[in-house]
Amino acid sequence: MTKQVTLTIDGKQVTVADGMLVIDAAKTAGIDIPVFCYHPKMEPVGMCRQCMVEIGRPMIDRATGKAILDDKGDPKVQFMPKLETACTNPVSEGMVVLTQSDKAKAGQKANLEFLLTSHPLDCPICDKGGECALQDLTIAHGPGQSRYLYDEKMHLAKNVPLGELIFLDQERCIQCARCIRFQDEIAGDAVIDFDERGRSTQIVSLSDPGFDSVFSGNTTDICPVGALTTADFRFGARPWELNASASICSQCPVGCNLTFNTRREAMADGTIVIKRVMPRQNEEVNETWICDKGRFAYHYVESDARLGKSLIRKDGRLARASWDAATRAAGQAFAEAKKNFVVLASGRLSNEDLFNLKSLADQVGGKAVLYSNMGGGDLTALVGVGAGTNFGEMGKGTTIVVMASDLYEEAPIWYLRVKQAAERGATLIVANPRETKLERYSDFVIRYSYGDEVKTVQDLTKKGKVGDAFTKAENAVILFGSEGLGLEGSTALATACARALNDTEHVGKPNNGLIGVWQRANDQGAWEIGFRPEENLAAALKGKTVYVVGADPAGDDPALAKALSSAEFVAVQDLFETETAKLADVVLAAQAYTEREGTFTSGERRVQRFYPAVPALGESKPDYAITSQVARQMGVILEGTSASVVFDIMAADIPVFAGLNYARLAEVKEQWPIVGRGDMYYGGSTYENKQGLGVQLSNAASRGEKATLPRVQKVAAVRPKENKLLAVPFTKLYDRGATVASTELLDQRIGQAFVVLHPSAAKNLGIEAGERAKLTLDGINEEVVVKIDDTIPAGVVLVPRSMGLPINEPGEAGLKAGKKAAVR
Amino acid sequence: MLRELARGLGTTFKSMFERPVTVQYPEEKREVRPRFRGRHVLKRYDNGLEKCIGCSLCAAACPSDAIFVEASANTDEKRFSPGERYASTYEINMLRCIYCGFCEDACPTEAIVLGDNYELSFTDRRDAIYPKEMLLESVASAAQTTPQKTNAGEFTRSVPEMKDSTD
Repeated sequence: MTKQVTLTIDGKQVTVADGMLVIDAAKTAGIDIPVFCYHPKMEPVGMCRQCMVEIGRPMIDRATGKAILDDKGDPKVQFMPKLETACTNPVSEGMVVLTQSDKAKAGQKANLEFLLTSHPLDCPICDKGGECALQDLTIAHGPGQSRYLYDEKMHLAKNVPLGELIFLDQERCIQCARCIRFQDEIAGDAVIDFDERGRSTQIVSLSDPGFDSVFSGNTTDICPVGALTTADFRFGARPWELNASASICSQCPVGCNLTFNTRREAMADGTIVIKRVMPRQNEEVNETWICDKGRFAYHYVESDARLGKSLIRKDGRLARASWDAATRAAGQAFAEAKKNFVVLASGRLSNEDLFNLKSLADQVGGKAVLYSNMGGGDLTALVGVGAGTNFGEMGKGTTIVVMASDLYEEAPIWYLRVKQAAERGATLIVANPRETKLERYSDFVIRYSYGDEVKTVQDLTKKGKVGDAFTKAENAVILFGSEGLGLEGSTALATACARALNDTEHVGKPNNGLIGVWQRANDQGAWEIGFRPEENLAAALKGKTVYVVGADPAGDDPALAKALSSAEFVAVQDLFETETAKLADVVLAAQAYTEREGTFTSGERRVQRFYPAVPALGESKPDYAITSQVARQMGVILEGTSASVVFDIMAADIPVFAGLNYARLAEVKEQWPIVGRGDMYYGGSTYENKQGLGVQLSNAASRGEKATLPRVQKVAAVRPKENKLLAVPFTKLYDRGATVASTELLDQRIGQAFVVLHPSAAKNLGIEAGERAKLTLDGINEEVVVKIDDTIPAGVVLVPRSMGLPINEPGEAGLKAGKKAAVR
Repeated sequence: MLRELARGLGTTFKSMFERPVTVQYPEEKREVRPRFRGRHVLKRYDNGLEKCIGCSLCAAACPSDAIFVEASANTDEKRFSPGERYASTYEINMLRCIYCGFCEDACPTEAIVLGDNYELSFTDRRDAIYPKEMLLESVASAAQTTPQKTNAGEFTRSVPEMKDSTD
């Protein structure tokens, strides 16, 4: 335990850890010191001068080193002649702090008046009005009236776009630099900075495209005034009009805790709609941050393309049908299929949905297939990170290995937390065939060729500088992804990683183990429940009776479309009328996760609850309920009325979920820093977590069971051949997936379908950066834009997943120069 | 007894020659008092631009939750009000309104004023919801209707200088 220090703040004795700042110490004692620039997650800078307090320290006799006592025997306290900032002074023994003395109050009031000298006071039209630190603190500590006339104030530009997502109001800015410091210190994307000096000081974006960071939305949360606002919420509503519903982000396996702010809207025909997405504090998952994908890509749930009614194919056409007719048709076909029944579900679904689907498949005697081309989820169940794992606690003594994954693009909040762990002293090893952003913070970079993943991991356990950093580490975590890998390759990689951790005894403890950087939010949950991906999916679907849930195989890959069109019967359960739905015999309208209850299992194997935020669209039903209704038509009883009961049944059925229930998942505990209460000036407008921190699942190793790990399967790695290009898949944050593409605001970030080439390969083909080319994959031609990157190997062409290009695993590709047209 | 009867009739006959206090509504209408609070009017500036900036403070102040506002962004091409923001939806439910005038007090631009119209009766609940078009003051000429096309940089200030009556 660190040394404790006792000090007195406003006559109250406070005991806190040595080194804590006066402002934080006051906060722990429930005393508010007004502040703008200080944020508990960042280094103090003392720029706004708002937190001025009187600080006295005991007088020390230099000769004896002891405190000088007054007549009563108490230590004499010497106050500084001027006020000091509470945010830059660490506490010391015997310190006396006065936050409410006349002198301190006068100082705080004068400073507020000074900050307001160039503030436009346009609170009525400001998006921050109502949750603004400057408003709150002016009411609490400031003068009641302004002595400065509006016309005499400094007037600067309003509504300046820093990028297409964030707007800057230069007049409102009080130059606290929270946003600049966040981008620099926390996000590691120093893309905004101050320009000019004095009264003309203003924030500018230094990047192209503007504000090029996936964390940009967080700056609007911590901005203490309305200087930074999002384009998404511009004039959307006043903060006090919004209702808050707790949720979990469904975009990636991190499982960030969210709050959906909702409001009834005349523009949306009087229904309740989501107005904005805010982070919800969970210090073990996302702290107080979320990425821009999670913040802005929610619009798919309100898309016009949503299905409000079920459909049945009649005379070759899909026609509207009642629930009874649709589920009966599906149920009959499933019951007849028996062994030929295949459930194809994706990690977009909740644990409850997946459990009911698995139960149905088991009852019929069919197969439960996970729609994914990444393997290894069975291994994370064996040697996954132990319960209590928290990136926020990792530092010296911990080694983090990031294998075949670009965390910045695949799981931005993990990127942020791994980066911070590295800055606290954790050893970071980044292994990837091309340069990734995380490398800037790594101790070791391993650059291997595509196909050498398994060997690279096996080398980690060998002697040497990098090997020692891994094997001799007190704690070690491996995050493995699927960069350049298909199902076979990623399974082999996961096995190699699991073995490496097991051999070095980095399993079964907190902050040790394996994490999969999955492609969908609940892939881990699907693995735990018993779903497994299929190596040759097309073959597995041909001639079968297929129940496709939350996936669009036909839209992703023409080969799968072909397989499905020759299937015996296809039932599709989705939010949209997807390409797969167009091939279906029955289409069942599912609810979006914002309309219902459920749980997701994150990549760190944390089970977390999400709650309904908006009313369900049309006649749509939750996935688990539809499955239950279909089952009922077949004479199989599955719970379908309550998500929490489905969860209880699952907890009784699957040992790893044993002992869990909705009440336990909703438990909370005190978190530091304190955010989201009445004091938004302190931690920003992030929401406090009152709805549950979730529970991390135990794994075989932590239960003391001996894990028998499979041997690493020999995979014939595909290598680039002479004069041929090898296409390898990689993951991009803003892709054309069904849950992203309908957000118009992100159009520019999503961009066109593209491939990445090494300059020499591009030269050989006679293609320049930005030109169009024809890509041939598995005999399918697609038009793409060519980007150039000199950090990738020469013989490969990088093809992004979910951008309309059918890539599941590495394979040969053809590329031909197309028409000359400059595209960005 | 006759005496009492005569006294009573006397009062009746006397009042026959007095000026009546009642008026023949609706043929005849009485002028309202200066501080009367009737149906709301959304005011305009002299150039026709709406005073309302869609800040929703009236809705926040309303004790009976009768006001509903949605805002959108102004452009110089299509300007409804000065500054960046205007009310794209503005509705008052007259059945809910208690005519307390808090909305007037809350308004930072003096856009909403309780007028002198008290003739509010409806045959349908939906008719009691007055949309913005019904609440806005009428304009003198077609050039004053909103939206207007304005010069860039001309109307940048949302909240005007407010004059205190005590000054």
